[in-house]
Amino acid sequence: MATGIRALRRTAPEQAPSRLVQDLRAVRVVWTRELIRFANDRMRIVTSLIQPVLYLFVLGTGLSSLTGVTSSGSVSLRTFMFPGVLGLSVQFTAMFSAASIVWDREFGFLREMLVAPVSRTAIVLGKCLGGASVAAFQGAILIVLAGANGVPYNPALILELIGMLMVLAFAMTAFGVMMAARVRTIQSFMGLSQLVLMPMFFLSGALYPLANLPAWLVVLTRINPLTYAVDPLRRAVFAHVDAGPLAARFGGGVTWFGWTVPVWIEVAVVLSMGLAMLGVAIAQFRRAD
Amino acid sequence: MNLRTIETAGGDGAAPMPAPAHTRESTARDSAVSARGLTKRYGGITAVDGIDLDVTAGETFGFLGPNGAGKSTTIGMLCTLVQPTAGSASVAGFDAQTQRDEVRRNIGLVFQDSTLDGYLSAAQNLRFHAELYGLPRAVVPERMERVLSMVGLWERRDSLVNTFSGGMRRRLEIARGLMHLPRVLFLDEPTIGLDPQTRASIWGYLAELQRDEDITIFLTTHYMDEAEYCDRIAIIDHGRIIALDTPDALKASVGHDRVQIQTADDAAAITALRERFDVEAGIAEGAVTFGVPEGERFVPRLFAELGIPIRSVRVSRPSLDDVFMSYTGKTIRDAEGGDGDHMRQFARQMARR
Repeated sequence: MATGIRALRRTAPEQAPSRLVQDLRAVRVVWTRELIRFANDRMRIVTSLIQPVLYLFVLGTGLSSLTGVTSSGSVSLRTFMFPGVLGLSVQFTAMFSAASIVWDREFGFLREMLVAPVSRTAIVLGKCLGGASVAAFQGAILIVLAGANGVPYNPALILELIGMLMVLAFAMTAFGVMMAARVRTIQSFMGLSQLVLMPMFFLSGALYPLANLPAWLVVLTRINPLTYAVDPLRRAVFAHVDAGPLAARFGGGVTWFGWTVPVWIEVAVVLSMGLAMLGVAIAQFRRAD
Repeated sequence: MNLRTIETAGGDGAAPMPAPAHTRESTARDSAVSARGLTKRYGGITAVDGIDLDVTAGETFGFLGPNGAGKSTTIGMLCTLVQPTAGSASVAGFDAQTQRDEVRRNIGLVFQDSTLDGYLSAAQNLRFHAELYGLPRAVVPERMERVLSMVGLWERRDSLVNTFSGGMRRRLEIARGLMHLPRVLFLDEPTIGLDPQTRASIWGYLAELQRDEDITIFLTTHYMDEAEYCDRIAIIDHGRIIALDTPDALKASVGHDRVQIQTADDAAAITALRERFDVEAGIAEGAVTFGVPEGERFVPRLFAELGIPIRSVRVSRPSLDDVFMSYTGKTIRDAEGGDGDHMRQFARQMARR
């Protein structure tokens, strides 16, 4: 083995690339790894589609008889729930993508990343982007089900939905990564995420309209960041269906003291929550030795 | 040194030039790793207590001690993973606290727990590493072939790491640690949990590396027999270096051979040894055991003067076990049995953070 690394050193004098270039490569490779692992894991792709289908077709259909609002034009309760379930799916997938940090820690791979000569910011950013891509992709697959729920396949609508799902996916992954920074085992992460995900989901207006709620529920739904992700999805859907008189009740629109919050502010709320949590996550990983 | 002359020649032409003050060479001429007063405390527990050491470039340096003695914590500090409480360290000429990235770029790491991604193939793991370390893309395929062939895994490059045995994983980690051509390769218990045959093959690779490459190997072990392969070893106990020298010199420093005899009456033999030879003996491994200088010359006297029938006798040169024993007053296994275990758990937990 006289032609080993000594010879390589001779032929390839190492010069360190600039810090920024190297960090960008790190972001990309961490991101790519998430995608490769997702693509290899077919089971995960399939199982993560089951929950939303249950919500839409079982819960949605079942509840329709209870509400008495079976349909108006092409609109049914399932049309109303569709954006909520999109949000739910992205929310869960993003959180479980973030769990891969805890997984990596348990199985040691996190160390391989943390000892590399790159900034931790790059690693956390790569993780967030990877998790967000996977989650947004899952959400986008569900859009296939739009037709079965009375939502038209309108290109503008689909783009709008995907855009919003990407923002949500990023914010939720950042949230998950922030949690993962301090959690040591996958079990406690799963427990903790259930503790957080279910209340967020129930308080988001994914399953019921946000108008005419009792005061305590109004407060809780308004401080829930997920609310501001589900609402734009619903408004986008209802802008493209003929809901007749139901549009006013079910068409969405979050109000702050009677003022309907514009969509761009809602998006900004979700995005800035995501960035803030990303910042906290980065700070935590930089501090950890 | 070979490599250094090449580098200078490549950079500045053949003319001998005084090294500029800011380069690596001038800060630590031949010291690949050096530490001064390196200390780490976790709360009230002192895991590493003022360690001084210098490892020469090209050397294989062993860190020997029971579990929980502070070996991993010391490696963690040298590798910039653990912030020292006090003291300083430099690796490949760079300061481990202020020049972390330079240190990281110049070291390869093999931890005692696997840090491979089992869901990726061997090649994907190496490619990931190459990207993280910013290797020029053009050199990656060639280098991957070299390092994988070196550890005999080239044929398995496209297999998922999950399908690898423990020994293959460890070899892959060594290969990965070499991808970026480090100057110092740190191995924390490289053979722990492996069967004897695999352990031997890992040592084969390490010996090959040291012979053929410009690389310093710094490893920890708690296997006495493995420490013999090192050029020099430091024996560490309770966070302090208690002896540091070549294995032969350490063994010579013990000054006596180990004699084990089986007799008709062990208790009487021990008494007789004390009274007639002024030698303190004990029972170890089912035999009366004691240490004397020049054991072979002692045995004839023993037969002549002990007065108790001797059934068998064994004389052995001091092993590193005896070295450890003579410096700490206990065997390395005794040292591990006691409070070592939870100390080790604790240190590992801290190191993982």
